[in-house]
Amino acid sequence: MKNLIEVQNIKKNYGKKEAVKGISFNVEENEILGLLGPNGSGKTTTIGMLLGLLKPTSGQIFINNLRLEENRIQILEMINFISPYIELPKKLTVKQNLYVYSKLYKVQNIEERIEYLSEKLRIGELLNSITGELSSGQKNRVSLAKALVNEPKVLLLDEPTASLDPEVGDFVRTFLEDYKKEKKISILLASHNMNEVTRLCKSVLMMKNGEIIDKGKPKDLIAKHGRANLEEVFLKLSRSKSEFN
Amino acid sequence: MSLTRIYGLFLRHFYLITRSFPRILDLVYWPSIQITLWGFISNFFATHTTYYNNAVGVILTCAILYDFLFRTSIGFNMLFLEEIWSRNFTNLFIAPMRIGEILTSLVITALIRSLIGLVPAILLTSPLFGISILDLGIFLFFLFLSLYIFGITLGILVSSGLLRFGPSFENIAWSTMFLLAPFGCIYYPIETLPEIFQKIAYVLPLVYIFEEARNILINQTVNIENVYYAFMWNAFYFSLSIALFYYSFNAAKNKGTLINMGE
Repeated sequence: MKNLIEVQNIKKNYGKKEAVKGISFNVEENEILGLLGPNGSGKTTTIGMLLGLLKPTSGQIFINNLRLEENRIQILEMINFISPYIELPKKLTVKQNLYVYSKLYKVQNIEERIEYLSEKLRIGELLNSITGELSSGQKNRVSLAKALVNEPKVLLLDEPTASLDPEVGDFVRTFLEDYKKEKKISILLASHNMNEVTRLCKSVLMMKNGEIIDKGKPKDLIAKHGRANLEEVFLKLSRSKSEFN
Repeated sequence: MSLTRIYGLFLRHFYLITRSFPRILDLVYWPSIQITLWGFISNFFATHTTYYNNAVGVILTCAILYDFLFRTSIGFNMLFLEEIWSRNFTNLFIAPMRIGEILTSLVITALIRSLIGLVPAILLTSPLFGISILDLGIFLFFLFLSLYIFGITLGILVSSGLLRFGPSFENIAWSTMFLLAPFGCIYYPIETLPEIFQKIAYVLPLVYIFEEARNILINQTVNIENVYYAFMWNAFYFSLSIALFYYSFNAAKNKGTLINMGE
């Protein structure tokens, strides 16, 4: 299977502080890779580097075989990102926001694309609503629509279901599973929701202090560490690193 | 450069302005108040001082020109700050937009914002004070163009600071114009400034623009040198601002400001 994301020994230093200490991983086409780790472990920094928002101190990133450093615009055309920490302009209607981002990503047949996403994400009735007046669940689905407006080959998700009620959370997870199967995209999922990771991810990376301290399929990690579920594995790994090295 | 993307970013701000009546009112309100106030002051000075030689409207014309500069610069900064305040900054910088496309779009939008405020203010001057800024003739275009370039230049310089240092640089965004105004010799000739300040004023395009506006209105002559120097300094500062913006963008990528902006 083709790797859509290839990360080769990337490091990121902020002055003397090493935020990411030379990590490498790949994400295959039609794969969801989980990125786990406690706060400050380097997940957001890693995602920032993949999005071209942060320049790695060293190492290389390839998206769809293109080196990020020289092909930033071409790569940004084929990836997208969702995070609860960023929002769409609040005063614009949902449709205006989707229209604006369709233009920024040079989407052909904009109306058709918005209609498709509205149907899939059940936001048709929200299109003329002011984005800032939506509930968290509605905003989340609209942000997801924005993230899919350019039909990305690679989707980066940072806590995509944080602050959502169980029903909306389940809807989003089901949608992501189906969309990934249908479009064969690669997804990098950073999440603190271990059930979500267990359900969606083929394999996971455990990060701590800027390093990958373990990796593998969720069920293999659970068996390897002799725990009942991924959350217990996460707690064990995040509380003590030396034990496993 | 992609016109589609430039248009897309323009649309984002166009929708924002047209959706909100208070926003349009805000754009029109301050220039109109400013011009009305300076109109009365202008009338008073024109009839009570010999310097203006009864050339009614010199101060008012300069006030209009300065307001255009101020609105252009602040307008550009506002567009940039708007993305930070709405936490949309990251979305914008992960879209496949070149820096040149972002700047071009903001430059066009800032012009339209300024004109929305300026046109009603200019229209007010004729019935209220019997003055037409069109008295400056064809050179009015060059003076406006020069002010527009300098306003945009200041906007880009401040936005570079926002990129490099984050939202904490916001206060500087509001104060740049006030810092430069005394050196611009907007309402008085350059000889009014102390010698050391004159040296600073001569390396800014503003002094040439306002000196020339007064020259045309009071002496009814044109000194093409003033227009030339204004454009020359503008070209220098504009190039500097673009270079600084690119530098700040790269510095922000190293420092991580882009990913934390608005959080």
